Amino acid sequence: MAVVEVRGLTKRFDGTGAAAVDGIDIASRDGEFLVLLGPSGCGKTTLLRMIGGLEPPTAGDILIGGRVVTDLPPRARQIAMVFQSYALYPHMSVKDNIAFPLKAANMPKAAQQERIAWAAGILGIDHLLGRKPRQLSGGQRQRVALARALVREPNVFLLDEPLSNLDAQRRASARDELQQFQRRVATTTIYVTHDQVEAMGMGDRIAVMEQGHIRQLGPPQEIYDEPADTFVATFVGSPPMNLVPDPAAGDLLGFRPEHFQPAAADGVNGAARFPFHVHRMEYLGAERLLYGEVGEAKVIARFPVTVPIPVEPGATAEFAVPLRHLKRFDAKTGLRRPARSVS
Amino acid sequence: MTAGTPAVDLVEQRPSRYLLDRAGVLGPLLLLPTVVYIVALVGVPLVLAILYSLSDVTVGDQSLDFVGLRNFGDAIGNATFRQALRNTFVFTLVSQVAVLVLANILALVLSADFKGKRLVRFLVLLPWTTPIALGALGWLWTLDNVYSPIDFVLRRLGLLGIGSPLGQRWEGTNALWLAWPDLAQLTVLTVHVWRTLPLATVILLAGLTAIPQDVKDAANVDGAGFFRQLVWIRIPLLLPIMAVAVLYGIVFTFTDMTVVFIVTRGGPVDSTQVLASWAYFRGIEGGSLGQGAAIALFLFPVLVGVAAMMLRLARRTETV
Repeated sequence: MAVVEVRGLTKRFDGTGAAAVDGIDIASRDGEFLVLLGPSGCGKTTLLRMIGGLEPPTAGDILIGGRVVTDLPPRARQIAMVFQSYALYPHMSVKDNIAFPLKAANMPKAAQQERIAWAAGILGIDHLLGRKPRQLSGGQRQRVALARALVREPNVFLLDEPLSNLDAQRRASARDELQQFQRRVATTTIYVTHDQVEAMGMGDRIAVMEQGHIRQLGPPQEIYDEPADTFVATFVGSPPMNLVPDPAAGDLLGFRPEHFQPAAADGVNGAARFPFHVHRMEYLGAERLLYGEVGEAKVIARFPVTVPIPVEPGATAEFAVPLRHLKRFDAKTGLRRPARSVS
Repeated sequence: MTAGTPAVDLVEQRPSRYLLDRAGVLGPLLLLPTVVYIVALVGVPLVLAILYSLSDVTVGDQSLDFVGLRNFGDAIGNATFRQALRNTFVFTLVSQVAVLVLANILALVLSADFKGKRLVRFLVLLPWTTPIALGALGWLWTLDNVYSPIDFVLRRLGLLGIGSPLGQRWEGTNALWLAWPDLAQLTVLTVHVWRTLPLATVILLAGLTAIPQDVKDAANVDGAGFFRQLVWIRIPLLLPIMAVAVLYGIVFTFTDMTVVFIVTRGGPVDSTQVLASWAYFRGIEGGSLGQGAAIALFLFPVLVGVAAMMLRLARRTETV
């Protein structure tokens, strides 16, 4: 169990002016499932690799369990890492893969056996111990990688997009397994992903990153409902939050597609009204999406399949958003403005 | 073709126009040069060698009179042949063991990042790009019995000349590298190592870079230090590619006669003779083609074995 903290952490790669990670301060809580979420190139993996000791930071400090580990090699940090490729040792059996961290720590043979059996039991891979990695499916490889990470009982798990090599169906069940596993071992986990579904579904807290900075840190619901800026608003949520200019104040008004409904359905008071010109409808089974424009801005409205749609593509209708769901952003900085009434 | 063009055009073209589009025609056609090459330059000489080895053919009398296995018997009965056979195996095995060790070290060093790495890589590769004959000549001059620069350096260091700490043999003005049997053998070995090391290094370097960064990172995080990573991860993962490097080295060294021919001419007193050079001296210079062919055929079983192992390795990499 340990808290991971980074202070003013910066990474500049040679030859590039911009920092991959630019002075980040963040601290996990003990036993927390912390997700680093962002588009590719935002610095999330670099941040994780620096915490793991695989990448030396340009500036700043890393603390694990209150101890500064910035200059320690990975093997001195009591961490375990699961890679996107799983990075199993191809020439070793599953059992030897799991035993590797124990052998490296000079654990006696008998104790090793015990720990291997324990880790294999937790992940349900007892029957695979004699196989080579190439004889395993993607999901099995992922579990072996987790067992190898678990077996040493590290202070921290670092997971780098461990689900991205699984097919879509397997990914949903792997999300569930991974979260249950983390709850059971209650070890601080830092999880890197670009997939907001994984982030929303698994994280205790999410740090949304962009261009080497953390844009917002908070529980999934807060990230979704109260985005700190237009980047978070449009990166999290699918389809993203709609942004419409408010000519009166020079701000941007943000609202989620599911809150953008025909005006008649809501009271005239307590809602902001927009003329919505609909271009086309997309049928997605459980829901339908209406694509169109409000003024110049592209806007999407989302309807559950149970709600009738009162407007045809090509027509314009009056739509409204309840005021409590209307977020106001500074048009220049993109930052959220404190709530105030909308005229 | 536009929609208005009548389809008749297509029908009128002769089918032979598309002959080369058929795999059954194009394939054999493309293979033909290789087949001709192998039959003419490998197959025919091999058959000829077998025929010669079973006959009493000489440069002077080219009629093929069958003599059974007499040539082989005569070869084995000859002390120089037995020396050449022993040398061929010793030179090959010892040089390849040395190459394996040195190539691993070199490849590890060259896979690291340091200033001037490209220049060092270039220099390491040089001996391999140099024609064997030129390289061997260079060594011949370097080890000259009178003007050897190595002797010059040793003299300056006080290791050569009267009062040398290395023993009585080193008390002369020159080491006479090519005049003492053991030094001459060491010389041949060294030239073979010098010559095959670059290729082995490049092959191993490619193997090292092929180990995924994630795997190295994982080993780092899992707590393995440099030597454990070397022994548990890198060397086992490199084994198949090491086998490739060694097999190439074996073929080059086992069949080579240039080094011996130029540097020592098999001497002194046949102490550095190898099968290839002995076959040449007996068969071509001595004029006894049947004898030469029989000696050369002793290379055959080992080369067949090496070829089989190479094919097996290739098949294994295909199936992974």
